[in-house]
Amino acid sequence: MTHADQPDQGQEPELLRTADGLLLQTALNRVSRRAKIKAFLLVLPLLAFILVSFVAPIGQMLLRSVNNDQFYSNMPELTLWFADKEFGVEPDEMAFTALAADLTFAAKERTAGSVGTRVNYDLPGSRSLFTSAARKAKGLNPPFKDAFIKINKDWVDPELWAAMHAASATYTSSFYLAAVDRKRDTDGSIIQVDENRRIYVQLFWRTLWLSGLIAVLCLLLGFPVAHLLATLPMRKASLLMILVLLPFWTSLLVRTTAWMVILQGQGVFNNILVSLGIVADDNRFELMYNQTGSIVAMTHILLPFMILPLYSVMRTIPPSYARAARSLGATSWTTFRRIYLPQTIPGIGAGGLLVFILAVGYYITPALVGGASGQLISNQIAFHMQDSLNWSMASALAAILLAAVLVLYWLYDRLIGIDNMKLG
Amino acid sequence: MALPIYADKLERAWHFTYKVICTAVFIFLIAPIIVVIPLSFNVEPYFTFTTKMLTLDPEGFSLRWYDNLLTLGITDVEGVRDSTWWADVWANASWVKAAKNSIIVGFFATILATTLGTIAALGLSRPEMPYRKLIMAILISPMIVPIIITATGLFFFYSATCVSPDSTIGSLLAPILSYRGCLANTYFGVILAHATLGIPFVIITVTATLVGFDQSLPRAAASLGATPRQTFFMVILPLILPGVVSGGLFAFVTSFDEVVAVLFIAGPEQQTIPRQMWNGIREAISPSILAVATILVIISIGLLTTVELLRRRTERLRGVTPS
Repeated sequence: MTHADQPDQGQEPELLRTADGLLLQTALNRVSRRAKIKAFLLVLPLLAFILVSFVAPIGQMLLRSVNNDQFYSNMPELTLWFADKEFGVEPDEMAFTALAADLTFAAKERTAGSVGTRVNYDLPGSRSLFTSAARKAKGLNPPFKDAFIKINKDWVDPELWAAMHAASATYTSSFYLAAVDRKRDTDGSIIQVDENRRIYVQLFWRTLWLSGLIAVLCLLLGFPVAHLLATLPMRKASLLMILVLLPFWTSLLVRTTAWMVILQGQGVFNNILVSLGIVADDNRFELMYNQTGSIVAMTHILLPFMILPLYSVMRTIPPSYARAARSLGATSWTTFRRIYLPQTIPGIGAGGLLVFILAVGYYITPALVGGASGQLISNQIAFHMQDSLNWSMASALAAILLAAVLVLYWLYDRLIGIDNMKLG
Repeated sequence: MALPIYADKLERAWHFTYKVICTAVFIFLIAPIIVVIPLSFNVEPYFTFTTKMLTLDPEGFSLRWYDNLLTLGITDVEGVRDSTWWADVWANASWVKAAKNSIIVGFFATILATTLGTIAALGLSRPEMPYRKLIMAILISPMIVPIIITATGLFFFYSATCVSPDSTIGSLLAPILSYRGCLANTYFGVILAHATLGIPFVIITVTATLVGFDQSLPRAAASLGATPRQTFFMVILPLILPGVVSGGLFAFVTSFDEVVAVLFIAGPEQQTIPRQMWNGIREAISPSILAVATILVIISIGLLTTVELLRRRTERLRGVTPS
């Protein structure tokens, strides 16, 4: 084919061209770009679906953890007064005038409760101040400062004004501070909350500690079983594998119920011990509605997630290595420690991380068998969502939990790779 | 694992201990699931084995808790069991309603997750896919992110996602939205949520199937004159079908077992089996729960068998001897 009719015939002759005269490089680029777009178009519907139905809702939730409009959208005048003030400034007559105007408005719109609830999050016990003042706000006369003091002298409490100032900001960090047991002092510095109100940091530590413990327990229980499955002949291993896969496929609620049946005071386990004479009838073990319940049930539920990755790694380890070590004079313990164990590390990492990630976010099992001492951070999030209705607090706790899980997820991806995740 | 002939006494002792440990762990794994089955036939409303049960006295066993599943919530509990009674059960019994809801939600969520997931997995398995790792990480994340966070996010999102029922779009979407025009408290909302939660499983199983997929087969089909559509339905799909079906089963089980999202975003109309169980366990725990548990265990045995057979088929199609 000649290129006499091509406009770019002045190009150097040694460059390769396709049949229709394009530079080969350009044509290749074009084809590969088209292939990329085609591949991406296949993924696009699902990606869009996940972004809308999963990523966007979580993003919205994160926004709620820093943005709570209960105060500032119902108290416009006071919010305006706070806008150009330093933190911890003494409220003047102007401020009280604004407060009176806002509360009169709030009483009419029936939003005083909502405003009080918002301030109550930062300063417990202050909600009734707002509801009772709102009822009387219409009849107040200047000077408003004295009028408010007459209603309740707490109205000049610097802590209250600090809390209102914090709540008047469009974006607030107070829920995150509360989620790590901190609050703002009247001068704006960050201090710890009273000793008897510190619950969240302890709860986060407990969640991490219990998850770690469960991951270790799963490893201790799962390692021998995975080893047995990997070294048995295939037919026997397949049969025993059913014992691992059946719990994996069984409903989480069914397994939790089963543990309630076994662990309760009059349950199967205690009954067996009593009938064997190991414990006295009036001295039964308390295995449920406490940490033990959470640990036992969660270890059982998460054990397959440890065994399956361990098994798939162990199956690839050639038995000849161990034999070679033995023939060179290593004891069986040295062989295990120096030859076998190092080769199972990828499986231990994959299983351990997966169990830990799943355990950190557990909700159902601790809620049903955990009692008070076996509750995890998820249960506290659910409490704020369903009972206390402090949704910003729930969002802040969820955001911290999410951050922890994403770090672990990233670690999992770096160490094992999400494409290597296997099911069953 | 056979012990070598040269093993000494200590090693033999350890090998025995090892077998005992393994047996104990297997018992730990399976015992809870086995225990609920006989207890669901208990004649007494207790969660323990009565003396009559232990001596295998037929009087110790009954089907009353299974019967209870049919009668709970119906108007005429003691009635004659004729066709009207059964119609009453079908329409009003709360467990039957819950089962219907679970199946409806599970079915549509599975269809949605499997369709979108399979198409995406085809794209993700192409070597030229850009940003593969990042996109994969996003698509798998619903499985990793704690369910309580997902449910919280969805709760806010669904309460805020509303269209006015009077608007044109609102009247078009009226059948799938709540009377206020929101996604909260609707079947559609629950289906979307469950599809989201099931997608990672479809992605993982289908991409795993595609790893062993011979990429020259679609090219061969194309060179023989097949259109892309023909190539997909006649060459690719039959080969990856086992992976697609087991991914779909995973998605279905995820939906069938999901309770937290349902608690947050569903209304009383969308009562599913897990939610009914959850209420049952939290309030008055009766052996009816164990009857449901037994039925669910039997269903999971069926699913496990299906997935195992599918896995062997995939390996056979790949030319690897089944294990």
